[in-house]
Amino acid sequence: MLFEVFKRPTKGIVLKELILKEINDLIIGSLGITAFIALFMGAVVALQTSLNLDNPLIPKSLIGFAVRQSIILEFAPTIISIIMAGKVGSYITSSIGSMNVTEQIDALKVMGINPLNYLVFPKVIAMLFYPFLIAIIMFVGILGGFLAAVYGNLVSAQDFIIGIQDNFVPYQVLYAFIKTMVFGMILATLPSYHGYYMKGGALEVGQASTTSFVWTCVTIIVANYILTTILL
Amino acid sequence: MIEVKGLHKSFGDETILDGIDAKFIRGKTNMIIGSSGSGKSVFLKNMLGLFKPDSGEIIYDGELLSEMDGDRQKELRENMGMLFQHSALFDSMTVEENVMFPLRMFTKMRRRERQERANDILERVNLVNLNTKMPSEISGGQQKRVALARAVVNKPKFLFCDEPNSGLDPKTATIIDNLIQELTHEADITTVIISHDMNSVLEIGETILFLKDGIIAWEGTNKEIFKTENEAVTDFVYSSELFRKVRIAQNKGL
Repeated sequence: MLFEVFKRPTKGIVLKELILKEINDLIIGSLGITAFIALFMGAVVALQTSLNLDNPLIPKSLIGFAVRQSIILEFAPTIISIIMAGKVGSYITSSIGSMNVTEQIDALKVMGINPLNYLVFPKVIAMLFYPFLIAIIMFVGILGGFLAAVYGNLVSAQDFIIGIQDNFVPYQVLYAFIKTMVFGMILATLPSYHGYYMKGGALEVGQASTTSFVWTCVTIIVANYILTTILL
Repeated sequence: MIEVKGLHKSFGDETILDGIDAKFIRGKTNMIIGSSGSGKSVFLKNMLGLFKPDSGEIIYDGELLSEMDGDRQKELRENMGMLFQHSALFDSMTVEENVMFPLRMFTKMRRRERQERANDILERVNLVNLNTKMPSEISGGQQKRVALARAVVNKPKFLFCDEPNSGLDPKTATIIDNLIQELTHEADITTVIISHDMNSVLEIGETILFLKDGIIAWEGTNKEIFKTENEAVTDFVYSSELFRKVRIAQNKGL
């Protein structure tokens, strides 16, 4: 399928519009819900860390450190990708699946348009912008932790910021973005595959969406383990 | 003209098309009829290249489909229009965008020119003031007419219609049939229509192929179909009470 996606490209100007539409639908459209989740997840990490800091010898700045590490290393790239598998992945599978069962894909084929290029390629390109979303999520997640920690009187703003800056390894951000790119490609292609090759009617579109979500999650989790083993 | 020679297609052990030979003439409405499951849609999908035949040849204006390279096939497809059984309109686009789609993909027309052409053809199929509606907001008959407009907007050389009036009321069905025939004659299109609607067959079936058990069991015209003694055809045609009565009346010389 992947080879076909890049064959017989659609007319440039049409493709450009499709890519912009997909960026809007897949990336910008996901910003609200993912930012909301990130804000509260950051807050919860701050609260949990604070509750577990009984030892007076451990500095309070550890709260900032824990929020930064958990958000940048795992929450933003991995957990948000799993959330995206539910939001974006299901949308991709059901939209392509619906086109399949209503012969819209056949209509494209009859017109001589490569449906895989027309439908999947713009999604693949749009997901190249996924790291921008994740960068915003990282910021919002840490902000959530900051707000909960400082306004909940768990730590001073200064200590929290010291924690964020403490033992900062820029490579870890690169590692998170490499993971994000890989997960983005999984999010664009696996659900497209399940939608494009599904057979049946409306019921099967729903089943394909569920199957696609499960397989996308499994693939992301396994890929996360492999990438962590290789990169860290 | 489209020629089909020795077309075979099976799915597993089940033979669907068992050596079909047929000719579809330019400027005429060529109909393929037959009961459900007789292989009409499989035949059409083989001609369109959506299915690969097990053996046999499909020839478009003297050129073998199987020997065309990617660019030539693309060129051929730009000259094809297809009216799907369930319209297959792109549900993310408005009526106007659906009709303009082939122009957008295959021509260098400016937006205004595309709009003018789309409006002309929409007017032709008696659809005005629906340009900004989504397919889900219009009726089945209107969807069929939009799909027909999309199929012919780029002035195709070949038009394929899969049960163009299934699910439509008799009046709308007649409008669609007449439109297809008019457009076929005007633009000298090779039109292939799949149908099991006898009214359509009588109205516009200039050449008719009757498909049964994967073979062409009979061929003729709409004038000949009532005179044939072919048992398979008479079984099919006179399964309708109305047509049985017409035949009895004809036999009595009424």
